[in-house]
Order: sequence, then structure tokens, then C-alpha cells
Amino acid sequence: MRTATIPKVTRQRTGFSPWNAVRSSFNFLRGNWLFTLGLSLLLALFLFGAIGSMMVDPDRSEMGAVPLNLPPSWDNPLGTEGFGRDLYTLMVLGIPNTFKIGLLAGGVGVLIGVVIGLMAGYYRGFADVAFSSLADVMLVIPALAILITVSAYVRSMTVELMALIVGLLAWPLPARVVRAQTLSLRERLFVQVARLSGQSDLEILFVQILPNLLSYLAAAFVGSVSSGILAAVGLEVLGLGPQLVPTVGRTLYQAFSRSAMGRGMWWWWGPPVVILAIIFAGLFLMSISLDKYANPRLKGAERG
Amino acid sequence: MISEVQSKSIAGNGAANASKVLEVRNLQVNYHTARGPVRAVNGVSFFLKAGERLGLVGESGSGKTTIALSLMRLIQEPAVIEGGEVLLDGTDLLRLSEEEMRRARFADIALIPQGAMNSLNPMMKIGEQLRDTIRAHTSESSKAMLDTRIEAVLESVDLRADVMESYPHELSGGMKQRVCIAMGILLSPKVIVADEPTSALDVVVQRQVMETLGRVQKKLGAAVILVGHDMGLMAQFVDRIGVMYGGKLVEVSPVRDIFKDPLHPYTQMLIGSLPTLNSKEIFKGIPGLTPSLLTPPPGCMFHPRCPHAMDHCSVQIPPLEEIKPDRWVACHLYNGSLS
Amino acid sequence: MQLLEAQNVTKIFGSGGLLNKRQMVAVDGISLAINEAKPTITAIAGESGSGKTTLARLLLGVIQPTSGSILFQGQDLSKMDKHARKEFRRQVQAIFQDPYEAYNPFYKVDQVLTLPVRKFKLAHSREEEQQRIEESLQLAGLRPEDTLGRYPHQLSGGQRQRIMVARALLLNPKIILADEPVSMVDASLRATILESLMKLKRELGISLVYITHDLTTAYQISENIYILYRGSVAEVGSVEQVIKNPQHPYTQLLVSSIPLPDPDIRWGEEGDIERKAAATSAPAGQMQGCKFANRCPFVMPECHLKPPPLYRTNADRAVACYLYKDSEPVSGRAMAESLAA
Repeated sequence: MRTATIPKVTRQRTGFSPWNAVRSSFNFLRGNWLFTLGLSLLLALFLFGAIGSMMVDPDRSEMGAVPLNLPPSWDNPLGTEGFGRDLYTLMVLGIPNTFKIGLLAGGVGVLIGVVIGLMAGYYRGFADVAFSSLADVMLVIPALAILITVSAYVRSMTVELMALIVGLLAWPLPARVVRAQTLSLRERLFVQVARLSGQSDLEILFVQILPNLLSYLAAAFVGSVSSGILAAVGLEVLGLGPQLVPTVGRTLYQAFSRSAMGRGMWWWWGPPVVILAIIFAGLFLMSISLDKYANPRLKGAERG
Repeated sequence: MISEVQSKSIAGNGAANASKVLEVRNLQVNYHTARGPVRAVNGVSFFLKAGERLGLVGESGSGKTTIALSLMRLIQEPAVIEGGEVLLDGTDLLRLSEEEMRRARFADIALIPQGAMNSLNPMMKIGEQLRDTIRAHTSESSKAMLDTRIEAVLESVDLRADVMESYPHELSGGMKQRVCIAMGILLSPKVIVADEPTSALDVVVQRQVMETLGRVQKKLGAAVILVGHDMGLMAQFVDRIGVMYGGKLVEVSPVRDIFKDPLHPYTQMLIGSLPTLNSKEIFKGIPGLTPSLLTPPPGCMFHPRCPHAMDHCSVQIPPLEEIKPDRWVACHLYNGSLS
Repeated sequence: MQLLEAQNVTKIFGSGGLLNKRQMVAVDGISLAINEAKPTITAIAGESGSGKTTLARLLLGVIQPTSGSILFQGQDLSKMDKHARKEFRRQVQAIFQDPYEAYNPFYKVDQVLTLPVRKFKLAHSREEEQQRIEESLQLAGLRPEDTLGRYPHQLSGGQRQRIMVARALLLNPKIILADEPVSMVDASLRATILESLMKLKRELGISLVYITHDLTTAYQISENIYILYRGSVAEVGSVEQVIKNPQHPYTQLLVSSIPLPDPDIRWGEEGDIERKAAATSAPAGQMQGCKFANRCPFVMPECHLKPPPLYRTNADRAVACYLYKDSEPVSGRAMAESLAA
């Protein structure tokens, strides 16, 4: 009996089945140990904060909850600071907040960037020229300067507000990447076939084009979240971050403004510095390993 | 798998022995994939006489391009040459060192690769690229000598010498392909392997390029292996045809014999499916699918689609045998293995 | 009435005007007609740069002509309302050259079939949709259980192309434009796909426009043929006449260059004049007179002055060449309509 066989493995284009996606993500992590290391660092830190938050009494992060300026002891593993707050509680509660800001900001930035990039790349015309010029300008102006200026005018900064502000400045980079990809994808034959099948422009954008951008979106998201966290930390350390919830950066800000270094209170400025160092290291490792994908090497032969 | 006896008999064919410029014996090339080895070239043996034109025809996945690259030892990971011999005037190219092979390329055996016209360096002038080719394979360094040689070669492919000052994008498709032919013959090789040299070209330009190739080859006295899938082109150009299927050679015969009296069922059906100006509204395709090289069918690769398949065909792989003078077939219908 | 026609259509690419003077005339005043009355297969043949792909895109309504009009059932495409446009979309479908690129790699191949069914409301329930899809796959020579549910990379090029045929069948259009449907498919499968295209005409009454550079398959499958050269019609007529007895020097050059699969009929030793025709590439930029003049072995002084009109050398054939100026000149539109009848 004749059976139809699945054709040969050579010369196949890679497919997008979910199993393939899982496998290629796994292979990616395996092949880029720097990335995996950085990611693991951040993940470990985040878990430390998240799980710790559940086990700790939040009241101890309120001012005056504990005696001031105590060095580390059994009761206060990281000591207490000048406002009467337990440092361990502060750190443990603050870490998730920092991540939260970064993720929200990154998400907002990518979301706005994707929508703008898709529209600009697909419809072109005046809107494209306008948004591309705006994006180019925004990429050149130092975002931190704008953030500082804006934050200084905000009366009470919350986590969400901060994420929004940072995110609003983060969209140009994802927008550019998405636009470039959209420009090329809209010329593909399957887009024409979809049009002939009666799909509207909007449907083509989100049903045909967007799914093919997933890997770029993932990279853009990682980049966006990284810069979101860094911007957030930067603002916090300058005292412009959220005031009502504990954050790692704000603790450092307060430590400096209260001369913790001069007073020898290493347990006040020490833990925030260490935590921030871990965050930076993790983000750095992730970003330099993604860097090499900007100049892809062609691996292996693809012959029939 | 062709037995040792078989491969020796193909290679050591009596009277024609003296004029054989290229002999391939039992070539085996596998692609190593996550799911196992794919036998792209599965024990292929053939020979090429000096000055002859051999066509290697097959569909996608038949292994013909892999053979072309293997002859030049240009195979890269994940493909590996697992075994066999490639004898160029008696020297086994597969056993040479990297350095020796590099010297042999273009000087003894040249390749005009698939899509060659698109692999010309867009940033370099044509003349510079041609000079580079010579410099890479000889110790000739005098620019004047190089240019004299290049001009002579360009003339033989009907290109004017001022093409040397042009960039690839300034030339038409046909001209670029003739530059690639020129590159291939710069060092007067004994064997030219042309892998689908005209696939992107219009039919008028194709004819011109093929005729150029033919003229040039005759003048050099070189032998040509034309790899492709266009049987019409083969009919116009080559002396003998080797038909590839599923990584194996299934038939090797002189060109007239193949068209007038094809032996292997695949060849028969392939020729039967060719469009001609006498077959209005007559279409005879080959049913079924090309075989998986990862999990090949047992016995003969073609038996699932063969109208003459017998029980024996799914058991034993038919060896390539010379059943009539200069007519080689790999098919149980002919090899008398059934008695 | 004509089902689909192009009336003296011209398409110019590139911006003229202040900054950029470079323009490319892809299609130069071409007329073509497909009749509604009986299903036909018409070939549009030409090499790269002939304008055949641009003409196809114009006929599909994907791009707009610079001048002239494309009419579907008597209605000008550019003047159609949304409703008429949708109907046009439904009745005029296409099969493309590249069986790889036609699929979105993110989705299973089913999408290419379910999408038009849903968009054009061809079925009233999931069951009916499934049934229609399976039927069309079988008509195209495929087994639904072997093809549905798979991703494009899991199928062969031939299977993918046949799914495209099935998709065209599903929509049961009046006319299908097939742009080089078999050039990227293996030789053994070409005949099968061409056969299914013929079946479309014979059994379903669908007209076909077969766009190709391969004169042999054009001869096999079609009744009429338009030979295009650099945006203009060089020769048009019944395929039997044009291919077996070409009159335009360009058609003669094309036909003589076909690599026939017969070792006894080889490309002849051409004379110097023919070799010059083959060797000279088409010049860039605008020209006066006949576009083929600089390559033509029979060129005359008048060829450089004005492009020749179509001369009707036979009831069902016309040639744009001054060699035949004794025959009656005919307009592109009139010839197209006459052929279509």
C-alpha cells in the first residue's frame, strides 16, 4: 500500500507550532548562558522579594515601627534606619516594587511602540513621517532629563504613575523595530493572499503581521523592561520616585540624605547598593547577550 | 548500498578507463539533524570522460546539488562526507589536505554554483573579483599578467573587457552569469561543475549562456557536469545523463537513449510528464510524494510510487548495473536478481 | 459581455515631477478580454520585464492603472462601491507562484482555507465549512487527513500549491489568475497541477488566465495567448498559430530558444543576426518606435520612428510588426474582444 510520507528534513523552513516555540526558547536559554545567568539572578532576587513579602509584617516598614538606627541583630536582620523602619522589611517589600515599575513601564512602552510601529509601517504616509520623526527626536533627547523634569512637577508619585511616565518615554525604540519589520512583512505574499481572501487592513495587521513579530517583541520587551527598571531606580535614588511605598532606590536616597555613610551605618546604605548591583548585573548580562543578535551570524548550511 | 564489487565495476570500465577524468566511487554524504542522519547522497558512483558533458538531473531533495558541492569539498556542517572516493585524474580529492584542495579548486575542478550571479560581491568591481580568484589559487601576482588572462577569458564568454570596471549591479542577469562562467574557467580546469547555471534566467538568455558555456568548454577541452532539473535543457546540452532519485543514481545513459528508450520507471514517468509542443492537454504527472531521506522506504527508494513494483522491490535495494553497453540502471526489472 | 477586461491599460511606476525624473512604463496600452459566455484559458506570456506580472496585479485590482480601465462584468474597478468590490473579490481569485511564501508560517495551512469561507460567508455552520473544505481538497487531488492540521513547513511544495488550487476552488470564482503556478514545483508534479487547473475549466466552468514565461506549458493548457514584450503586446492570437507558426520576430526568437526535450532537435546554429538579437539586451529608458527594433534581425527604417500597430494577419491572430503592414491594422481592444468571442 502506498503511504504518503512526510517530506525530508533538509531544506525546511522553521515552523511556528507551539511545541517549536517552547523548544526554541529552551534552546535559546541553553545556548546563551550569559542571558540565562542574568535572568536567573533577577528571578532569584525577585523571588526573594516576593516570597519574603508574604512572610514579613508590613507594619515594620512604617515609620517609627521599630527603634532607630540599630545595627543588624537577630530581631532586625539588616538593622533599622533613621526613620524607625526595619531595613529587611524595606528591602523585601521594595524589590517587587522596583520590578513592578520596570515591568509596567516596559509593558506600556512596548504596547505603545507596537501600535505606533504597526500603523506607521503599514499605512505609511503622513502619520508615518510624523511618528518616525517624533521617535527619532525622542531617541536623541536624554530620557532621564525629561523624567526628572516631569517628576519634579508631580505632587505625589505612585508606582503606577511612575510606570506610565517612564513607559511613555520608552516607546520609540520598540516602535522603530516594529515599524521596520512591518514595512517588510506587508510586502509578503501571504499578506496579499489574505487580502484576496477578504481580510481588512486592520485584521491583516493584527492577525497576519503581528504574530510574525513575536521574537522582536520579546527582545524589545526585555530591552524596555531593562530601561524601565534603570530609569525607575535612577529616579528613586534622586528622590523623585514613589514616596508612599518602600522602594530600594528611595531607601538609598534617604540613607545618603541622612549621612548614613558618615555615621558608619553601613547596614542602611549597604543592602540597597548590593541589591541594585545585582539588578544592574542581571540586566547587563541579559542585554549584552542579546546584543550579538543584532549582528546575526549565519549558522550552518541550509542546502537541499 | 552499492557493494564494493559494484562500485569497482562502474569505475573500472574497460576501454573507456584511460580517458576518464573524474571518477566518483560510492560517495556518501549525510546531513546530521536533530532527528538523525539524512542520507542526501547514498552511495553514488559515476564517471566522467575527458571533454564530455554529463547531466545530473533530479528533483528537489534528490541530492544533486549536494554531489556538486561534495566534488568541490565545499560541504559544510551539518552535512558531512561520510565515505567514498572522488578521483580527479587518479587523485582522490577527498583525501587531500585543506591546502592541497584549495589549490585544486578552480585550477583542476571549478564550480559555477547555484545562484552564482547573486553571490558576486556587490561592493567590488568585476575585474577585481576575477583577479582575486586567480590570486587565491596561483602565485601569479603581476597585475598585467592577470589582466591579460582575464581579458582573454572575458572575450571567450562574449563580454567586453570594459566589464572589468563595472559593478555587479550594473550588469544584466545573463552578463553576470557569464562573468561567473568566466570565473570558473580562469584557471583552465579539467572539470567544470555547473549547478543550475541558468535557473533565474529568461529562456532567450538561457540559450545564450548555455551556448557560451558549451563553446568555452570545447575550447578548453574540459569536461562539464551540468546539475539541474530541466530535462529540456539537458536534452539540448549534454552527452550523457545521470538521473538522481532519493539520493541515489537510478539510471545513467547517453542522452538519446534516455529520451528514446528510458529504462528506469522513474525516468520513464519523468520523461512522460515533460510538456512538449505535441502534447496539448495531455498531462501525465507522477503520483505520490518524494521520499523522506530521514526515514527512507525499505528496499528501492522509488517502489512506493512505481507502477511496476514487485514484492522484491520493498526488500532489496537494486544496485546500479550496466545491463547494456553504457546503459546503467538500478532496477530489479533488469538486473536478473529475480531468477 | 466581457467577464474581465483591460481597456488600453497603462501603468507607470516611479515618480515623475520635480525631483525624480525616473519613470518605468511597466504596461503600455494593453487591451485584453475574457468572455463571460464560455470558460476559456488565456495565456499571458513574456519574460522578465515584459509587464506580465504588473498586468496580473492590475487585473486583480491590487494596483490601479495610470490610464485606461479594468472592467469586471462591465463595471470599472475604480468606480465600484464596497458591495460590488466584495463581489469582485469573490469572483476573481488568484494562484501564486511561490508555494512557500503564500502561507503565513505562524498558522496551520487550514487558515488559508477557513479564512475565505468565513469572510465570504460560504458556509452556514462549522460542519458545512469543514465539508466544503474537504471537498475542495479532494478535487485538487489531496487527502484532507494528510494536509489539514499541518503547518506549512510540514508539507511539500507540491502539496502547498495544490492547497492553493483547493482554495481557489472553494471560492468557486468565475475567473482565476494563475501567476506561474508551476515554475517552483518539481517537474513530476507540474503535470498533475496543470491537469487540475484544466479540470477547473472543464468541470467547473472557471476561466483561467495563465501567466508564464514557459511557452510549452502555455501551449499545452491555453486557447489564446498574448505575447508581451516590454509592456506591449507583440503578438496575440490562438495558441496553435502563435506558437506553431510565430510571426513576430520576438516570438520567433522565444520559440526557437525553448529547450525542447528532444536531443535530436537541438538549438540550431544561429546566424550572426540572430545571435545579435539574443546577445543585445533591452536598452533602458524610453525609446521611439518599436521596442524590439534594436534587437530585431529584420529591422527597417520605419521601425525606429513609431511603434507598429497590431496588424490582423488572420481571423484569430494579430502581430505588432511592420513586416505585416499589408494586413489590416486592428485596435488592441477590438482584437481582444474578437478573440474572446
